[in-house]
Amino acid sequence: MRPVLRIVNARRAAQIFFVALTLVFCAVATLGDGFGRLSGWPVNMILQMSPLTAVGTLLATHTWWPGLLWAVPVIALTAFFGRVFCGFICPLGALNQFTGWLARLVAAKAPGARGQALRARLADNRHSDWAAAKYYVLAFLLAAACFGSLQSGLFDPIALLFRSLNMTIVPAADSHMQALFTKPRHYASAWLLLAVLAAVLGLNLLRPRFFCRYLCPAGALMAVLARFAPWRIGKRDDAAHGECGACTLCDTYCEGACRPSGKLVHSECLMCMNCLDACPQNRVTFAGRPSAAGETHLPEPTRRGFVISLAAGALSAPVWGIGALADQGKNPLLIRPPGSLNEERFLARCIRCGQCMRVCPSNVIQPALGEAGVEGLWTPVLVYRLGTSGCQINCVACGQVCPTSAIRPLSLDERLGRGAYAAKGPIRLGTAFFDRSRCLPWAFERPCLVCQELCPVSPKAIHTRTFFEPIRFGQAQFVQAEGTRLSLAELKKPVVNLGSGDYYLRPLGSRMDTLESGLRRINACTWAEAGQTMTLDAAPDAKQGWNLKPGDGVEVLVRLQKPYVDAARCIGCGVCEHECPIAGLRGIRVSYENESRSGPGRMLV
Amino acid sequence: MADEFSRRDFLRRAAGASAVALAGIGLASALLDKKGPPASDAGASAKGLGDFALQELKNKPGRMAIVRADAKGGVQPDRRAMLERALAAVGGLEAYIKPGDRVLLKVNAAFASSPGLGATTHPDLLAAMAALCVKAGAAQVSVTDNPINSPESCFALTGLADAATRNGAKLILPREDLFAPVSVPEGRLIRDWPALAGAFKGVNKLIALSPVKDHHRAGASMTLKNFYGFLGGRRNVFHQDINGVIAELAVLAKPTLCVLDGVTVMLTNGPTGGSLSDLKAVNMLAVSTDPVAADAFGMELLGRSTAEAPYIGLAETAGAGRVDYKALNPQLLDLGA
Repeated sequence: MRPVLRIVNARRAAQIFFVALTLVFCAVATLGDGFGRLSGWPVNMILQMSPLTAVGTLLATHTWWPGLLWAVPVIALTAFFGRVFCGFICPLGALNQFTGWLARLVAAKAPGARGQALRARLADNRHSDWAAAKYYVLAFLLAAACFGSLQSGLFDPIALLFRSLNMTIVPAADSHMQALFTKPRHYASAWLLLAVLAAVLGLNLLRPRFFCRYLCPAGALMAVLARFAPWRIGKRDDAAHGECGACTLCDTYCEGACRPSGKLVHSECLMCMNCLDACPQNRVTFAGRPSAAGETHLPEPTRRGFVISLAAGALSAPVWGIGALADQGKNPLLIRPPGSLNEERFLARCIRCGQCMRVCPSNVIQPALGEAGVEGLWTPVLVYRLGTSGCQINCVACGQVCPTSAIRPLSLDERLGRGAYAAKGPIRLGTAFFDRSRCLPWAFERPCLVCQELCPVSPKAIHTRTFFEPIRFGQAQFVQAEGTRLSLAELKKPVVNLGSGDYYLRPLGSRMDTLESGLRRINACTWAEAGQTMTLDAAPDAKQGWNLKPGDGVEVLVRLQKPYVDAARCIGCGVCEHECPIAGLRGIRVSYENESRSGPGRMLV
Repeated sequence: MADEFSRRDFLRRAAGASAVALAGIGLASALLDKKGPPASDAGASAKGLGDFALQELKNKPGRMAIVRADAKGGVQPDRRAMLERALAAVGGLEAYIKPGDRVLLKVNAAFASSPGLGATTHPDLLAAMAALCVKAGAAQVSVTDNPINSPESCFALTGLADAATRNGAKLILPREDLFAPVSVPEGRLIRDWPALAGAFKGVNKLIALSPVKDHHRAGASMTLKNFYGFLGGRRNVFHQDINGVIAELAVLAKPTLCVLDGVTVMLTNGPTGGSLSDLKAVNMLAVSTDPVAADAFGMELLGRSTAEAPYIGLAETAGAGRVDYKALNPQLLDLGA
């Protein structure tokens, strides 16, 4: 009779709990009040539990951000008991284990099928020297972190999982339910994010927990931290339990491929507890003594690869620096969320977990693909064409959820430059620039002014100057006048409604360019090939120069309020760019110039 | 034997192959589209969003009442009291909302900013109107807008979501599936354009609650401009002919009642505002069945002539109401004097 609360069942329960918790955190990371919204949920807890994130940012910044205190109990737990996190907590580990289990389910009832499956499983779970690979990954990442380039988030299982779920599966699932988002969410390169997750899960078909065994740098770090763990898995060999029959059932079910039947490789033990459960003689224990068949700490050989990886990591950060992408060569479209540190310090902290992109109510924070260079893959960048309406001026959500303070948690006062921050002024993300070859009033003699209307700054950073300009094909011959009604001839069929209030009339050849000097607004216009009529806002006044005889020319002018950016007031929020009716390449676009985070040397002095 | 020709096997395979071939022929002939795809899927649009004006007022001058409140010591006057007073003067809300009516309240929730900045419909006004509709026996009161900023943020920060739910009204966020293409009859601009038609499902009364704001391009943003929020898509292209499109909006949906809230008026930096210095306390509120008249009155509150907002005249030409609001004989009432 086996007890119901077997240790593997406890492990499974913990894994289910943490996977469920991950899904809950993904769902509730939506701005708003109420139980199902971001109102007090510790949505970063699992992310901040990863020792890799804590140690990586520690090496890169020489500080320990308070949020990352979640990692301290994990480190202590690991130091004493080994990779409990991998076996019991890590949600990606749980999904890997589940996928591997699913792939090895034996459906066939044919004779010999089970034996064959067990042999295949034993082969799959044999210890391999490739287990050393993850230590090379770790060495590379930590060396790069020492030189200020934090790349750990690309491989950290928790960041990888949150990023993938939040930017691919959550929005795809919600596009039908609409429980989280009113407008459909968009994330640039979402397919690539999903492809990475699919690859990580798919690799479990080759070997169970492939990522955990061969690639995971967080697991590698915890293996190192568990170097002196007093309690560990081991085999007993004493008279009371008889001799080990070398049935290798422990090896067969070992998720970490740590060879529990023989010389046990402790660093590889994922604490799945399957060996404990599988041993028919209860010879496997979790106890404070070495394994009877011998034990070693790390897989071999590792030293040479370790040194090479360290060197590669140490070199990569300075070499990335040569590219100058954080400096003179910075991409003009690399606009970071409000509160982001300067590029160098930002890259020392960002783990690309995507929490800022998830919580952003505007959906303008996007995972960078090329904008920040290779070094900044999937770091947050504002893409104003996407989302609802630029970066909302009254919002500081991204900095509040950032688990490593790559985006500082701003107060609204600091963001807006109010109260104690009045002297510093608002946080600027960049500056808007008009493209006068694409802007409707500048390039196409059409009124527009959406950008000015929606500029949220007071006084507005977009201001206008009014011009009256003759339109193309706007000339006609005067026939007769009757009060405010003019009869005309020879006017080409207009492509716009000349009676819409934006169009004006003056005698051809006159210099009238203001209402005071005699311009008349066209209040209504009818057009026929044979003749046209216009109703003006007031009767033409001879004293102002309206001395028209039949056959004299008149011309139509359009009143254009042409927009200008006042760069000293522009905060780079991008509402103008988002709302610009030129749908493709916008007529006004924001680039990073004058951004607050760059400090001295911004655009304006 | 496997390599032996078997009649049974051949017949079985021949039958299977024929079934596949026949399925192909069947599908091709059943679904053959000789004409090919049309250039666009336009043309099947609904005609407008509906005419919700009272039947008995058809072709008659509308009703209008204006309330001025005395604000003591810089305290904002009570919008509910002002609204009740104005409604009483136009026959009481019961004349417009009958028991069982399903009412849609169109607010201006354009921006995710606090109500004190006056860029959006004041939550007190929404709360009062929602509660009064419920009191009048409305079976359903819903509130909607398709704002500029993210809808959740807009309704939350403006206090409108709270005001709606606390007073028995349902908040309708502008979800994608609520939009359907509509055309304005005789319209030039709004043709097969996505509009918030889903919010009108089952609705038989429409009430607009609008602030009075400066607007550099249009002259002012009040009742008619508020209806811009029924449009979806890249609606900003219509700013090229903003007067034309607002005149079409006046035909797109005809409201039962319009409330113009001039308690605080945004005189500068509109329609976003952003600073208290953009606002002025005017302490007036108007209720009208005629949106054009309401907006004409609103221009007065801004100290501007109706000619400065040409869409007002165009809306009258389109038959949506009267510019000369005084012809409606509006009652001028004082509250708390």
